[in-house]
Formats: sequence, structure tokens, C-alpha cells
Amino acid sequence: MNVVQPFEGIGASVRRKEDRRFLSGRGQYTDDINRPGQLYAHILRSPHAHARITGIDTAAARAMPGVEAIYTSADMASVGGIPCGWQIHNKDGTPMAEPKHPVLAEGKVRHVGDPVAVVVATTRQQARDAAEAIEVGYDVLTAAANLAQAQALGAPAVHDDVPSNLCYDWHIGEKAAVDAAFAQAAHRVVFETTNNRLVPNAMEPRSAIGDFDATTGEHTLWTTSQNPHVIRLLMGAFVLNLPESKLRVVAPDVGGGFGSKIYHYAEEAIVTWAAHKLARPVKWTSDRTEAFMSDAHGRDHVTRAELALDKDGKFLALHVQTQANMGAYLSTFAPCVPTYLYATLLAGVYATPAIYAEVKAVFTHTVPVDAYRGAGRPEASYLLERLVDVAAKQCGFDKVELRRKNFISTDAFPYQTPVALQYDSGDYFSTLDQALETSGWAGFEARRAEAKARGRLRGIGISTYLEACGIAPSAVVGSLGARAGLYEVGTIRVHPTGSVTVLTGAHSHGQGHETTFAQLVADKLGVPIAQVEIVHGDTAKVPFGMGTYGSRSLAVGGSAMDKAMDKIIAKGKRIAAHLMEASVEDVEFERGTFRVAGTDKTKALAEISLAAYVPHNYPIEELEPGLEETAFYDPKNFTYPGGCHIAEVEIEPETGRVQMVNFTAVDDVGRVINPMIVEGQVQGGVAQGIGQALLEACVYDEAGQLVSASMMDYCLPRAEDLAPVSVATHTTLCTHNPLGVKGCGEVGAIGSPPAVINAVVDALRDYGVEHVEMPATPQKIWSILHRQQS
Amino acid sequence: MYDFAYHKPSSLAEATRLLAADPDAKAISGGHTLLPALKHRLNRPTALVDLSGISEMQGIRREGDALVIGALTKHEAVARSSEVKSAIPALVFLAQHIGDTQVRNRGTIGGSVANNDPAADYPAAVLGLGATVRTSRREIPADEFFLGMFTTALEPDEILTAISFPIPEKAGYAKMRNPASRYVMAGAFVSKGKMGVRVAINGAGPCVFRQTEMEAALAANWSPEAVAGIKQSASGLNSDIHGSAEYRAHLVSVMAKRAVQSAG
Repeated sequence: MNVVQPFEGIGASVRRKEDRRFLSGRGQYTDDINRPGQLYAHILRSPHAHARITGIDTAAARAMPGVEAIYTSADMASVGGIPCGWQIHNKDGTPMAEPKHPVLAEGKVRHVGDPVAVVVATTRQQARDAAEAIEVGYDVLTAAANLAQAQALGAPAVHDDVPSNLCYDWHIGEKAAVDAAFAQAAHRVVFETTNNRLVPNAMEPRSAIGDFDATTGEHTLWTTSQNPHVIRLLMGAFVLNLPESKLRVVAPDVGGGFGSKIYHYAEEAIVTWAAHKLARPVKWTSDRTEAFMSDAHGRDHVTRAELALDKDGKFLALHVQTQANMGAYLSTFAPCVPTYLYATLLAGVYATPAIYAEVKAVFTHTVPVDAYRGAGRPEASYLLERLVDVAAKQCGFDKVELRRKNFISTDAFPYQTPVALQYDSGDYFSTLDQALETSGWAGFEARRAEAKARGRLRGIGISTYLEACGIAPSAVVGSLGARAGLYEVGTIRVHPTGSVTVLTGAHSHGQGHETTFAQLVADKLGVPIAQVEIVHGDTAKVPFGMGTYGSRSLAVGGSAMDKAMDKIIAKGKRIAAHLMEASVEDVEFERGTFRVAGTDKTKALAEISLAAYVPHNYPIEELEPGLEETAFYDPKNFTYPGGCHIAEVEIEPETGRVQMVNFTAVDDVGRVINPMIVEGQVQGGVAQGIGQALLEACVYDEAGQLVSASMMDYCLPRAEDLAPVSVATHTTLCTHNPLGVKGCGEVGAIGSPPAVINAVVDALRDYGVEHVEMPATPQKIWSILHRQQS
Repeated sequence: MYDFAYHKPSSLAEATRLLAADPDAKAISGGHTLLPALKHRLNRPTALVDLSGISEMQGIRREGDALVIGALTKHEAVARSSEVKSAIPALVFLAQHIGDTQVRNRGTIGGSVANNDPAADYPAAVLGLGATVRTSRREIPADEFFLGMFTTALEPDEILTAISFPIPEKAGYAKMRNPASRYVMAGAFVSKGKMGVRVAINGAGPCVFRQTEMEAALAANWSPEAVAGIKQSASGLNSDIHGSAEYRAHLVSVMAKRAVQSAG
């Protein structure tokens, strides 16, 4: 009897398996875990942006109820600094400045929130009470609170060994070619902008529990991480000097990351170290205010760009000069964000023949800045897509036609850009045409006129963006300064009766891997997803994997799984050939069934797996028992999702309020495994992109105080700030990974901000407005209108 | 949060006694201002006197030509009250637009008015309607109640029990929210009735205040146009990263115009 299964393979909008757990409150997040005899750590943080520590008196605090220990940097002298995972080289070939990043402040504090001391107590409240009783003497110093202050003459040095505050001065591309092109350009268009600093604000705050088993000498760290193996490597090898065999890192359910949980943070080392010291488990959980001043921030660029065009509008050359704020210390991947994740994207979807980019990374007395959803690519696409609009306006070209004229043609792939990347596939014309159609671009002027009759200024904006993800070929990133490989691992464990457990080095913190990855197994091995379990996030269970960021899980982790399934099928064919007395070459496999070609002789996967684990009738001389395979997949190239986003806004001139009214996204993310999850990923990314464009700004004052240190002042998007988001995909396959997938996690946040700002500027077209900096807040829009009117 | 004692009196007299006996005790109603402050350790009362069990501070009722709302009435109750809707629909509109659902189901009118946050909604209605604040020991006209930022005429052991709103011929409210906190960045409550023509401005300054120039203009000509052209001085207004004093001053005129429009 044939049982008809609902189709659960590639392309099915299967409901997310993990949501039952999350929506019913059964998720197990780090703070949900409590260990017997657990103590609580509270971190005393600097209230100053820059100060010399003249003394720390802990005597009174030590006498407080419940206090087990108080630690300062003096107690942690044997502990190493927090390492940086990427080394950039300067224009002259010398390595970047890499000042020490101590776990606890040593002699100086360098940003508001810099950890100064740790209190460990029986309860969270006792730890906090005691922290208030610690007396820290501060000699407050002038701060360099932003890029301009840090580069001013006589600026205070963030690190004594880096008096210029310059981390690196890097470049890419051919300056001579760019200069030559500019010399003969018919048009030169200059655009200057600031990419606003953002605070990631994952819903779950960071948390960490250290535990130590004195009988085995094993350390365990539970932590809110996107990549537990990387934390184990960085913390074990560089900070605490622990071998991998004695350090287990578990990242259980994690409630959002957006990049901010990639990095190794001081608190992870502190609880692991303190648990050993005290022989008790130690837990630390951030509160929201603490998160604002200790989670790595995102973006924060100041850029000048100049585009050369010929008289017909063909792009000839692009010159970009960017200053990137690193904050006070180098976070794990910070140096690569404004370089290899940014400047290499400056070709975008355009066949610009010559590009030269210079990037200065600068230390300031602020929270470290690192990758945040999109990481460098939103900054690149924003710059480019605003610049193209400015060029169209200044030179009198239609903004859509100018884009079309400069697109890389669909038959030009593989396409080598002048900034290192080689795009494997894409079709920018189709995503553009589809988005123009869906958004009703052609009928916009009628909508604008109708809005005007209601007293509203309506604008439409377009962005034809590209990104590079599926991070990344290990050898390539290694040559560019990465201190890690960026392959991924997958193990397929087929159990005796045919169900499957997958061990993956990718980590799910909202992406829906438990569903999407199970669909890959369902599609290839024919196992229903209910019988496929995905295991991730535990270094004791999963082989050394690299985690999830840069939209890499499916393209790299999924490909590793696919290769492991190939091995399962290959071995299964040998077992099947033995059982069916056929030659291996004659055995075919399709969705769960091995068949001798051209016959009705078949064996189900479960029969093969049973034979593998009960090898009574088995080719034992030539084949090992068992049916479990592991594959490590190192990608040959990045993947290149791209597409077209179109935003439509209305501005209320009296108040300056910008209302999103419509948003269209047509993205090429390669092959789509679960369309519903892709739509959700794009919608979430667009919401964050709208947040950056209209609402979010991390603000420091001149003294380095964090003004926007809570939700009272930091404006995250709410439902009413958004508009209906129409999401569609147009697929060209990735040519170099076995699944043909590209990645969808970041496209929403990368493509949307320039579309929104282009729409805002378009809405203000009658007022002679050239540009509006992000976020386009009501006050900012009103000020522009007010200035224009008076 | 620091440790504190907790009392839940069942009568006004008992609550007053508790507050009088301990100058560092604080009254708590919905707790939507006080609790976050406690959680951030910004406030350290020795005791909280929870007013929620006091029946004489409950209820919405008509008393002649006034609408009396007990101090413990939650915003959501005002938002859904047919009594309020028939008497002062602008008050229903105001209550519907305070904070979010969670805030409206916990926050109370008495707590909002007694706290006198410059960015709160209710003070504008109290001043804009010329209401009377009833307390455990007296009645205070709105014009004498709001003294400054977070400061009112209430004595330390004096409890706000109800607010009596004269029912106006017309009233309207409009506000611009702070994009992040959603508190009021600039708002205007306008009314016309036996208390005369009144225009109360909240959010913009350190304390809710009457805009007398607009009142005079509306008294002469009750129309949105009458106030739209009147410029509020930016001097003394609040200024922060979301709204400069100049922007707030501009919004005052816009919100006053909209409030008159909504009043009809």
C-alpha cells in the first residue's frame, strides 16, 4: 500500500517544527538553565567613557551578605586578553594596530560599560547590592566619543600604544585606473553620508553560565552564542588556556543574534574562570540597559564617494573614502566588516570598470562595533544606491534607466569585479522588472497627486542591491586576514530503523534550521521530517563547526549535509547491491528507495540501515557496519544574492513624520527550500532596515555618554512603523554549491535602507532636498522643510 | 530593586496613616512609573503602600454636570466607558491612546495625575477641562494643582482620590508621540464650556501649562485656523534627541489646531 506523504521536501512551505516549543514557552534558553549550587555574577561597569582607575576598594562590598568573591583585573592576571579573529594590513603592508582587550579593565576604562569588577554572590540581588558598595576611584579624562573627535589634532588616545587612534588605513582596487577614468569623465558626482550606528537588540539578552567538574577537570560554558565552537577555540586557546578536550561550550536555544552573539565576550571568560576558582557554577545574565552598553554595536561609518560617468550615463569609476568606528576595542570580527565585507561590495550590480576604496578604521571611547545583520554590505548597498539616485538627479537621467544601463548583463557571469569578488550568477533585470510591476511603479505619479490632495508628500524609492554571503572559502578569507576557517560540517546519522539525526555546525537562533535542514533530508533521503532531528549548538555532540552568520547556514552547512547524504547513499547502494545481489553500478536511489535499475527489486532506506546495524547478511569484508557519515564542506566562492527593493512613503509636512505605505521586495536568494521561512526572513530583515532608515540611532554625547541607552530613547520599529511587505523571489541558481542556494538572512536589511531613504528624498523633491541622513526622524524632516521654507 | 516593606490598606484612612507614619514610604497605584524606577534602583522607598484595595477610590459616575472618575480607574476602563464617552468623548480618545495595551490595563488616572510626568496624557485633560482634583483632605482646582516637573500641590501623606471633570460643550485632544518611548512629545487638550475656553499643552514643557494666547483666540473664534497661526515660544520648552525646543514649539501649534478640529 502506498501511503501518500504530504510533500515536505525542497520548495514546501512546511510549518516550523521548533515553533511549538517556542510558542508554548518550552524553549530552553541559557537563563532558563540553573545548575545545582549556582552563584550569580554581577559586572560593575564604567560610568565614564575615558578615565584612569586610581584605586578599587572592595572591602565594604566583600562584607556584604551572600558575597562569595570579588574580582578585578589584578585577580585575573593569568587570563589572556580577548583575541581578535581577523587581521587587516595597512596600505604599506604593515599589520593593523591591535591593542590589548583585557577581560576586566586594566588601569583605564575606555567606554561607558567597560567591565571593571565582578561580584559573585548567592543571589543576583546580593551581587548587585555588593557591586554598588565597591568604591572605584576614577580620574576622568577627555573622551574621543566619535570619529571626528578621535581624529582631531591632539585627540586623547584610546590606547597609549596607538596614539593616532588609527587601527588601520587600508585600500583595495586600482587607484591609477580610477584617476584616469575621472580625468575624462563627463560627469563627476560626489556624495557624502554617515551610516548610523545601531544597537542590535536581540530579544534575548546575553547570558552565560560557567561550570566546573573537579573530578574530571572539565569546564562547561552555556552561552548565548551563534557559534559555540569558535567561542571554545578563542576562549580556550587565547584567554583561559584550556584544551578543547576539557572545555565544552553549549549554545542552547538562543533568542536572536543578528551578529551580536557571534563574538567572544568577556563575561563568557569571567564565568568560566570564576566557576573553576570557586568550584561552583556561576551565572551572569545581562539586563537590557547592560546590553545597550556591552553588546557589540553595528555600522557607524562616515563616507565620501565620487562616481564618474560618461555623457550617456555609463559608470566609469568609483572612488570611496570611508572612516569606520571600531569602538574602544577590536571585537572578534570587527576589522573585516568595513573592509572585506564592505569595500568588496562596491561594484554592486553594476559593471563599473574601475573602483578604488580607502578605509580608515578608528578607535573611539565607545562600545566596540562589529557585524550586525548584513555587516558591511548594508553600508555598501546604502552608499551605492543613494549615490546612483543622486547621480541620476544631478545628471538628469531616469533613476531606473540609469541602473538598467549599468547592470552587469545576464550573460556576463561569471563576472569579475574590480574589487576582488567574482559573481557566479544573477539576473538583475528580471528582479527589477518584477519589482517595478508589483509595486505599481508606473502608476506612482497618480498616487503622489492623490496624496498631495490630502496634504501628504508621497515618494517612491528603489534599490537594486547585491550582497555576498555564504561565508566563506577558507583559503580566500585566510589570505585576507581571517584567523579561522569558514567551512561547515554536517553529520547524517541514519538510525537502525531509518530515522535520522543530523549534527550540524550551524546554529539556529531564529532561522528555523530544525525545519529547513529536515526538509533537505526529507527531499534527498525520503525520510519524513517528523523523523529527522537536528542537533546543533553543543561542542560535545557536534564536530567542530563554524556557526551561523553571514547567511551561511544553508549555503555552507546545508551543503555539508548534502555531501554527507551523498556518502550515505553511496554506502547504502553498496549494502543494497549486496542484499539484492546486483552490482553497485546498477543500484539507483531516489527519495528513500534503492532499486536495481530496470527491475522491480527494491529496498527501503530503513531496510538498508537495519542491515547496516545488524550486519548478519552484510559485505563485512569490504564495508564497515553502521550508517553514519560526516562531511566538511568548504565553499568554492561566496554566494551572491541580490534583487530589487521598492519603498513607498508618505510624509506629513506639518510634523515631519514619515509613514511607510508600501514595500516590495523581489530577491534572488537562489533555490528556495521553504518559501514561508524565506518570506519571514526577508520581512524581518526589511523591518530592521526600515528601523535603520527611519528610527534607530545610537547616540553618544560629546563626553562619550550613551544617550540612547534604553528603549525610551532608542527607537526600534513597531508594527505601526512598518508597511505591508510584499515578498517574492526570482531564482538564479548558485553555480558552485550542490544545493544551488544563496542565503536569505540578510537581504532584507541590506536592500531596504536605501530604498526607504530614496523614497523619502523623492517625497521631498519639490523642496530641493538632495539627501536626508538616516534615521529620517520627524524632527529631522521637519527641520529640513522648515529651513527650506524660511 | 532594593528591598522594601509592602502594605495593602483597605481604606483611605489606613493608607493615609501608613504614609503619614513613614516619610520614606511611597504610594503605588498601577506602578507603571514607580516600578520601572525601582527596577533601575533609581528610587529607594522604605515601604510601598498599595492603594488598589481601597474601594472609595474606584468608579466612574455622573455628579450633576460633572463626570467623576475615581483615582484607581485604569486607562482601559476610561477608554471603554460609555459614561465617559457620552459625557466627554475626548477623554475616551485620550485614554485609548495612552501607552500600549499593557500600560492601559495597569496604569490609573490617579497615578498619572499625581505623578505629573510632563510627557503624560491625563494632566492635559485635567488642566484643559478645568477639572477639580479631589484628595483625602480637600479639593484642588487644576490651575493650582500642577506645580512643576513631577511636582504637584499634593502633600506627602495626601492621597488623590478622584477627579471631577466639568462636562464641556466641546473638547478635543491631539498629540505627537516621541518615536521611541511613545510618551507625549507635544500635545494639546482644548475645551469650551462653563469653565471658559481652555488650552492645555503637555509634553512640550517641563510641566503641563495653559496657552493663554490660544485661549483668547479661540474665545473670539472657535476654529482650527484661529490657533494654527499662533506661534508658541520655544523658550523654556524641553529639548532632547527626539525634539528640540523649536520643534516642540512648532508642534504645539499643530497639535492645538488638530485638537480643535477633533473637538468639532
